Amino acid sequence: MTNHYIDFRNADVILNMGSNVAENHPVSFKWIQAAREKGAIFIHVDPRFTRTSAKADVFVRLRSGTDIAFLGGMIKYILDNNLYDEFYVKNYTNASYIVNPKYGFDDGLFSGYNPSKRSYDQSMWAIEKDESGISKQDISLQNERCVFQLLRKHYSRYTLEKVTAITGTPQEDLEKVYKAYGSTGKPDKAGTELYAMGWTQHTVGVQNIRAMSIIQTLLGNMGIAGGGVNALRGESNVQGSTDQGLLFHIIPGYLPTPRAQWAKLEDYNKTTPSSKDPRSVNWWKNRPKYVASLLKSLYGDKAVKDNDFCYSWLPKLEPTQDASWLNLFDEMYKGAFTGFFAWGMNPACSSANAGKVRQALGKLDWMVNVNVFDNETGYFWKGPGMDPAKIKTEVFQLPCAAFLEKEGSISNSGRWMQWRWKCANPPGDALPDGEIMYELFKKVQALYKKDKGPFTDPIFNLKWDYETNGKFDIHKVAKEINGYFLEDIPEHPVDKKAYKKGTLVPSFVFLLDDGRTSCGNWIYSASYTEAGNMAARRKKNDPTGLGLYPEWSWTWPVNRRIIYNRASVDLDGKPRNPNRALLKWDAENKKWLGDIPDGPAPPMGTNGVYPFIMKPDGVASIFGPGLKDGPFPEHYEPLECPIEKNIMSNQRINPAIKIFEGGMDTFATCDPKYPFVCTTYRVTEHWQTGVLTRWLPWLIEAEPQLFCEISQELAKLRGISNGDRVIVETSRGKVEAVAIVTLRLKPFTIAGQTIHQIGLPWHFGWLQPKDGGDSANLLTPTIGDPNTMIPESKAFMANVTKITAKKAGKA
Amino acid sequence: MADKSFFIDTIKCTACRGCQIACKQWNMNPGTKTVQRGSHQNPEDLSFATFKLVRFSEFEDNGKPKWYFFPDQCRHCLEPPCFYTAQSLGVKAIARDDETGAVIYNPKVKVKEADAKAIKESCPWDIPRWDKKTGGMAKCTMCIDRIKEGLLPACVKTCPTGTMNFGDRDKMLDMAQKRLSEVKKMYPKAQLLNAESIRTIFLVIDDPQKYHKFAKASAPQGITRSAAIKKLIKPLVNLSPLAG
Repeated sequence: MTNHYIDFRNADVILNMGSNVAENHPVSFKWIQAAREKGAIFIHVDPRFTRTSAKADVFVRLRSGTDIAFLGGMIKYILDNNLYDEFYVKNYTNASYIVNPKYGFDDGLFSGYNPSKRSYDQSMWAIEKDESGISKQDISLQNERCVFQLLRKHYSRYTLEKVTAITGTPQEDLEKVYKAYGSTGKPDKAGTELYAMGWTQHTVGVQNIRAMSIIQTLLGNMGIAGGGVNALRGESNVQGSTDQGLLFHIIPGYLPTPRAQWAKLEDYNKTTPSSKDPRSVNWWKNRPKYVASLLKSLYGDKAVKDNDFCYSWLPKLEPTQDASWLNLFDEMYKGAFTGFFAWGMNPACSSANAGKVRQALGKLDWMVNVNVFDNETGYFWKGPGMDPAKIKTEVFQLPCAAFLEKEGSISNSGRWMQWRWKCANPPGDALPDGEIMYELFKKVQALYKKDKGPFTDPIFNLKWDYETNGKFDIHKVAKEINGYFLEDIPEHPVDKKAYKKGTLVPSFVFLLDDGRTSCGNWIYSASYTEAGNMAARRKKNDPTGLGLYPEWSWTWPVNRRIIYNRASVDLDGKPRNPNRALLKWDAENKKWLGDIPDGPAPPMGTNGVYPFIMKPDGVASIFGPGLKDGPFPEHYEPLECPIEKNIMSNQRINPAIKIFEGGMDTFATCDPKYPFVCTTYRVTEHWQTGVLTRWLPWLIEAEPQLFCEISQELAKLRGISNGDRVIVETSRGKVEAVAIVTLRLKPFTIAGQTIHQIGLPWHFGWLQPKDGGDSANLLTPTIGDPNTMIPESKAFMANVTKITAKKAGKA
Repeated sequence: MADKSFFIDTIKCTACRGCQIACKQWNMNPGTKTVQRGSHQNPEDLSFATFKLVRFSEFEDNGKPKWYFFPDQCRHCLEPPCFYTAQSLGVKAIARDDETGAVIYNPKVKVKEADAKAIKESCPWDIPRWDKKTGGMAKCTMCIDRIKEGLLPACVKTCPTGTMNFGDRDKMLDMAQKRLSEVKKMYPKAQLLNAESIRTIFLVIDDPQKYHKFAKASAPQGITRSAAIKKLIKPLVNLSPLAG
């Protein structure tokens, strides 16, 4: 999140689109209630009427997978009705920037498309620079090649008629939402957007969020209290694990993963973003300091300047390799791996096209399954349709401690790193994950020493000293993440003060690229300092009155509660909304008051800097030339969709997606065998694949079995009654479920045809309870967003049929 | 310790069912075997093992879907018909806590099926439950073991949205009245259900019947002990036209 949970209460309009906040983030709903009590409007846009919709002031339906059409219509509405925040758009975004003449858009394709590679040449979309390398601008926004005019042109096509024909949302509902949300374009109004997997799990997932980012910058809603684009993260510490480099393309602190073509540290550092504009902070220019400090943290004394801080020891991706989930399991399915650690996950149920994953697990020699409870991954070999005698995979189960049985930090959606204490010992042989990892690596080292092996340097020399009196010590890990001074520094270049060897660095500002500092993750630097463990703080003071609680836990970066907060003030540093003053420039004392500012520089009007310090240009990107599928979000149909022709263009699906073909990867579009739009989701009572919740008798009592929600109209069409057992089927697989026939789902009129929408949760699995049903991911396709490769689990085509007595007898 | 009450603001309820689960956890009630019946309301009803149940009610209003949530539980009546009925039948399973006003069942006391039926039917809110296996009766305890130690009832403690509130009766009545007057403008049909005669005060925004058949008792308010006993002599079910 750019903002944080408590900040919802500062919003005038809350748009919940792409998630189901009341059901899936139930505790956060208190802040929505708090906003509503002060008169805020709460809008829910979703294919289904859910527990969230029941509490919404405005509920509007749309067909799964049509969010860009919906939001594109909103962009047009905002521009047509002059609802945008002109000051903000001109000063804090790239609206005035001139795009080079090679940029173009025609019939669903941006310029630079290569159909054989299904990819774009992004250089065609570059911003024009002047002689000194600074972006060219037309601050009047009149130039026909300026971003603002290109934006207007692009979204002029998203008329209410077309949007309605695509989304199925009635025009009056569209206008109701556009009007309400558009009202937040005034400096004293704030609108926030809350999303989750309902936006990300699409072949246009990134562009869904981009579309909203454009709206938020047009309305001046970024960097302000009550604003932001806020991802409601689905696991308590998924933010923390992403920050620590969980994904293949990043190493800790969002540094890019080294690739083969960057053989030396110098090559790697050449990819550091640069800016010629002296008023752009371009914070990423500091990347070499963070990489050097990370390498020092990994390899300790072995890492010296002369050996590139052992950069060569880091594993490298191939030049264009995409090692994302879908590709990994595709490779596993093809037999590329011998071993696999399934750690705190259940891919046999959580992965898209889970049937393929279950087959892939059988291609392994060994698998280690680390979990609190047994799951369908560890027992895949005796699952439905499996013959254990024919499966060679040897499975090792390691029991781990649950969250209350270990100490450590979790980082929530609002980037708050909160320390947790242990309140009970884990049962039996179960150990905390950190301890398992720590001991495991020591065993690996010992085995390499005994049995030898190739390329042992990074294994023997990894700094692995996170123990006290022979026991794993989580505080040592937390301190390593913060970083240390590794030598006495008599006069630090930043503040000219002296720092002692072995002391913790006060923040990443003090990290150096010469090997004198270490840091496990620069964005967490300042979390555990000589002043103590900041994440363990629990003070309830709130000086701004905005709910920032600066001494409750700690927020990355540097305890900044709302990022890009310099965009909340005018050029003189005065709050644009004095009623919700997030930052204020104290001209007399030359310092900022309020939240921790995005850097100490004075306001823009007094030789200060641009507000979006993480962007090379220093401003928010209305035009985003860095994405694989285009600089503006464009509506494409999901890979599997109910209409032959995309109403917006002749490109039916996202032109940049990778198509998986053959084997168990099958797809069906406009196929009468699979006529209904289907989506998957979660309910309050279960968590993810249900590994933790399906074993809890009170929760399984409340949501005992897989269900499929269908409209009364579809039920009539298919002769299904409420509570009937049904088969839900796609070209990839089928599951048995109980039909919930409900008026909370309704058919859509899409391009003049009646289209039915169905949906089912993905919490169940064959292992437990025995009559609970199996994973809804047996239905979902192997297809991902071109930028992130997140699978499209939220929009695909399915069939639903009643199980007759005869059929049931067979089953 | 003063007279206590709950205030349940259904406007804020998102049916997360934290209260339902917390109640089971604190009271060590088992999860019962359920199946998906075509509804998210599960278990289907209150039982000897379920003292708190979030009821789901969906319907269409002017072509728009509505979904009401009703976290049902014992009302802990000021003049509890179940208590008087039990007394009149010589059943010793039901007591009242003079301090808090909590109506407490001892589930270990065996109650004959016919007596249990009479007790159940005397309740206009259809709360008391009898267990065929043990012969005991059970329902919400007001978490008397928690509140005597200065803790909130488990359902209130766990509620994330502010739906469930608990405290001294006068404070809860004030809170309920204040909230009612705040929301009346937006929801003209808003009302408190039987606030004068019970200790579990629900705020709803629509016809109570749309939430749950037994959401509101339409019997005369303030059932007195003598009236209750008098009614007992007549057919018990007539206490409320809703009962039975």
